[in-house]
Amino acid sequence: MRNVFVIAWRDIRAVFVSPIAYVVLTGFLLLAGWFFFNLLGQFNRMVAMYSGLQGYDTTWLNLNDAVVAPLLQNLSVVLLIVVPMLTMRSYAEERSTGTYELLFTSPVRVGEIVLGKFLAGACFVSLMVGLTLVYAGILLWFGNPEIGLLVSGFLGLYLVALSYIAVGNFASALTSNQIIAAVTSLVILLLLFVISWPADGASETTKAVLQYLSVTDHFSTMIRGIVDTKDLVYFASLTVVFLFLTHRAVESARWK
Amino acid sequence: MWLQKTQFFVRAFGRGRNLTASMIEVRNLSKAYGGFHAARNVSFSVATGQACGFLGPNGAGKTTTMRVITGYMPATSGSVSVEGFDVFEDSFEVRRRIGYLPETPPLYLEMRVTSYLSHVAALRGVPRSRIPEARDRVIAECGLEQVSTRLCGHLSKGYRQRVGLAQALIHDPAVLILDEPTIGLDPAQIIDIRQLIRRLATERTVVLSTHILPEVAQICQKVVIISAGRVVVEKDLTEITRAGSLEDEYLKHVSGDVPADAEAADA
Repeated sequence: MRNVFVIAWRDIRAVFVSPIAYVVLTGFLLLAGWFFFNLLGQFNRMVAMYSGLQGYDTTWLNLNDAVVAPLLQNLSVVLLIVVPMLTMRSYAEERSTGTYELLFTSPVRVGEIVLGKFLAGACFVSLMVGLTLVYAGILLWFGNPEIGLLVSGFLGLYLVALSYIAVGNFASALTSNQIIAAVTSLVILLLLFVISWPADGASETTKAVLQYLSVTDHFSTMIRGIVDTKDLVYFASLTVVFLFLTHRAVESARWK
Repeated sequence: MWLQKTQFFVRAFGRGRNLTASMIEVRNLSKAYGGFHAARNVSFSVATGQACGFLGPNGAGKTTTMRVITGYMPATSGSVSVEGFDVFEDSFEVRRRIGYLPETPPLYLEMRVTSYLSHVAALRGVPRSRIPEARDRVIAECGLEQVSTRLCGHLSKGYRQRVGLAQALIHDPAVLILDEPTIGLDPAQIIDIRQLIRRLATERTVVLSTHILPEVAQICQKVVIISAGRVVVEKDLTEITRAGSLEDEYLKHVSGDVPADAEAADA
């Protein structure tokens, strides 16, 4: 267990002593702020417009549906692009600089390396997602969104981010080239994002399978405020499966 | 505490540990990458406390053999044991006993020398309370006092090599595996590193790969020459120098791009 923390701690420090952490955080928060600002502005205009109409049902016009839900959707797309760039270094860089040899001649299990590197990535996205809670705070301070919906939505975003990290680590473990790692994980993540697109025209079983595999479908359930074990299990298993694949990829590279 | 001791006992003396006089035993080691055989049936042994020069032209299989000894990658066939522990079966026992300096020193360039060495110490299983002590010891041993607060990425090649050596020594291993430790250094740095290695070799078993012949003559007691993946010579240095020169012995057994290597040896 100690080794897991040793490895995680080094990776975390590496991100924070380089400009990477600050560039990524700034960019992410800039985009998130832009989304939030515009969604809120749009919401205000809508409220002003519809409040003049007597007898019009405006229950659909609320902070949760008009601001939080689209904000979280947008953030999950931003993460989809940012996370591969964060995780592309994790294994690929060590392989190309030769520190891989240090890691794999130390008395450390492959599982500990995989967990350590995942933990480091998880810490960083915790910070990213944690900082976006500011927007939830602003809404709670000035408005009255439903707290349950906020919690399940942000929890969903966090789970999405964690599974992205696992996928990114896997892609990085496949190669010594960071660009290949980033592109590979971007492709896998995008595929998981849009995999349910053909579901509408497909047969019952295919539809069920495609929808189950889709990140979007599970995430949107959580944004709607439903914390279903099915979705939790999905994100947990996605993460675990990709960590397992990372383990296999790292092991198999040594045997070649 | 008691349990730990017993476990240590079982580890050290149970489980088919094969105690022999030699520290490192390489038996019929072969390694193939796809269809390419980097090492074929390599066998040699290094006695405890001995410094062994591992010679051969570029691409002869030196690095491959060393990577197998250190447990970085498994052999296709054959076995390696270090202090009686099999590299494959008891990989962690072997790893704890080996300090390894790969061809490119495995430095994290964004770390300071002290924090890098502390990190390696933790990775190598040095107890947390003893890390500062171990770190200061290797800093003194490798002459890194002046650069200890600098970033690894800002160091000269010679100092990077020293940090690489310090990293290999941090857990006070009985065996040192050094893969071409003087490659790419300027003459003054080469002399420096050689002296350092000679000092380290007095109390440790050392395997040193190189294609610079005088280096071996200065540091080692034993010579293993490998060519095209096969061991062609395994002799004590005195045995070779009695019969002729190390250079003659080398040239006799190694073909291919020999002239270039011989020139390098003269340089």
